Amino acid sequence: MPVIEVDGLVKRYGRQVAVDGVSFTVGEGEIFGILGPNGAGKTTAVECVEGLRRPDAGAVRVLGLDPRADGPELRQRIGVQLQETHLPDQIKVWEALELHASFYRDPRDWREVLDEWGLAEKRDAKFSKLSGGQKQRLFIALALVGNPRVAFLDELTAGLDPQARRATWELIKKIRAGGVTVVLVSHFMDEVEELCDRVAIFEGGKIAAMDTPAGLINQVVPEQRMRFRPMAEFDVGVLSALPGVQEIYRSGDHITVTGTGDFAGAVTAALARQHVLVADLRLEERSLDDAYVALTGRTFEL
Amino acid sequence: MNALPKILLVESKLLLREKWPLLFVFALPLGLLLGFGAQPGSDKPNADLGGQSGAGYIAAIGAGVALTALGLQMLPSVLAAYRERGILRRLGVTPVPPAALLVAQVILNLISAVIVIAVLIVVGNLAFGTPVPQRFPEFFAAAILTMASLFAIGLFVAAVAPSGRGAQGIGLTLFFPSLFFGGVYIPREVMPSVLRQIGDYTPLGAGLKAMRDAWLGLEPRPLHLAIMAAYAVVAGTAAARFFRWE
Repeated sequence: MPVIEVDGLVKRYGRQVAVDGVSFTVGEGEIFGILGPNGAGKTTAVECVEGLRRPDAGAVRVLGLDPRADGPELRQRIGVQLQETHLPDQIKVWEALELHASFYRDPRDWREVLDEWGLAEKRDAKFSKLSGGQKQRLFIALALVGNPRVAFLDELTAGLDPQARRATWELIKKIRAGGVTVVLVSHFMDEVEELCDRVAIFEGGKIAAMDTPAGLINQVVPEQRMRFRPMAEFDVGVLSALPGVQEIYRSGDHITVTGTGDFAGAVTAALARQHVLVADLRLEERSLDDAYVALTGRTFEL
Repeated sequence: MNALPKILLVESKLLLREKWPLLFVFALPLGLLLGFGAQPGSDKPNADLGGQSGAGYIAAIGAGVALTALGLQMLPSVLAAYRERGILRRLGVTPVPPAALLVAQVILNLISAVIVIAVLIVVGNLAFGTPVPQRFPEFFAAAILTMASLFAIGLFVAAVAPSGRGAQGIGLTLFFPSLFFGGVYIPREVMPSVLRQIGDYTPLGAGLKAMRDAWLGLEPRPLHLAIMAAYAVVAGTAAARFFRWE
């Protein structure tokens, strides 16, 4: 049974249609990404799923519960990290965690969460004295202290330095390994590509595309290109017969091969069989960025 | 609801970490009492103060200032800042409704008010021989109604203010006229009758008069109690109607 089921969700603000008939499901233990430009309706859609807003039409179920009618019960089982919220300046890190843990029926040990998110040293620091990254980690910790079955994380790594981002990704993978379903609203392509099992790209209140990150890339830029310089002469004809290979051409010392799927693996294996060493091997990077630009017709603004 | 005591405890700690509210609400009224109470003759009944002693009058004024500061300054600026900073909204995604934080703030301010009044009564009595309020139940009722009317206005300010600073600004614009018409700067007894009549229709004016009457052993006038109750109901209803959580 899916953990989240959204069917035909519509939300209007006055005459403005923020979410226009969106449907998706999220399975247990999945990390589901929501991408899209500002104003695409992704936050509104997620807020309807969390029970913060009442949909104008459509059905939403989370863990089998109606987010509006069963709100109090649902909020026992989900954890939400919101964007642009604060805590009182004077509250200490441990007080915030202990207080939030006390809200839940079956919380995690808040001291453990404190250690896990690297806040042990800041235990007695006041909120106003924390750095941006520390505040961010505290908010994630607050979202997870209630031992949720589903975690909603909005702009997970905003304000974190590169090292802290990677550490955060590893922790999110660990959370998923514990069976927690994660919904990730993000602006960062690399993050979505690294973490998400499936991604929905929002555009103008609708879902423009939904697939695995690799699937989205393949939909849009199916062809990939590899380039190398062979260290010895060989018969390029052996490459053209390989699965997925489309074109081969030579320019000077270099050979360029285009293809789809895992053709690059086949090419390198064939070269190895021919005992041909290569130099300057490059596989052209295709990223979710390219797919995003192609699908929404715009570049991604940070 | 189990969360309320915990929230109340944390909110009390936060209040104690802020310096200026403590100064404003606790130290100022006490300072006034100690300063003016020490003047020669302040322990004698004074006809210009309706028969109350100078020290007794200052103790009552101190209570009025504290209640006004709590109701029109502290409560609205804290709540509006909590909304502005998304703290109420954040609570909305936890099992605890954001209303719990509002309730905790009201209770915390009520407790502060009771403490200030108790301290003024005890210090006035021990240091300057001012009587403990002689009609205690009536005094208690008058104090509760004063708080109810001022806190309801404070909640209304919190409801309509765009931000924490906005609430502080609106609170201040209400604060000083309240003190003026309430008889804090000029005793009610020596006010021109027009001012006195206006003052009687303000929450602090009515409240201070009712508290002072009960303090001296007189029956508070029903009109003053009714005026405060009316403020509490009207402002409270409007606050509930207009309050936004985000």
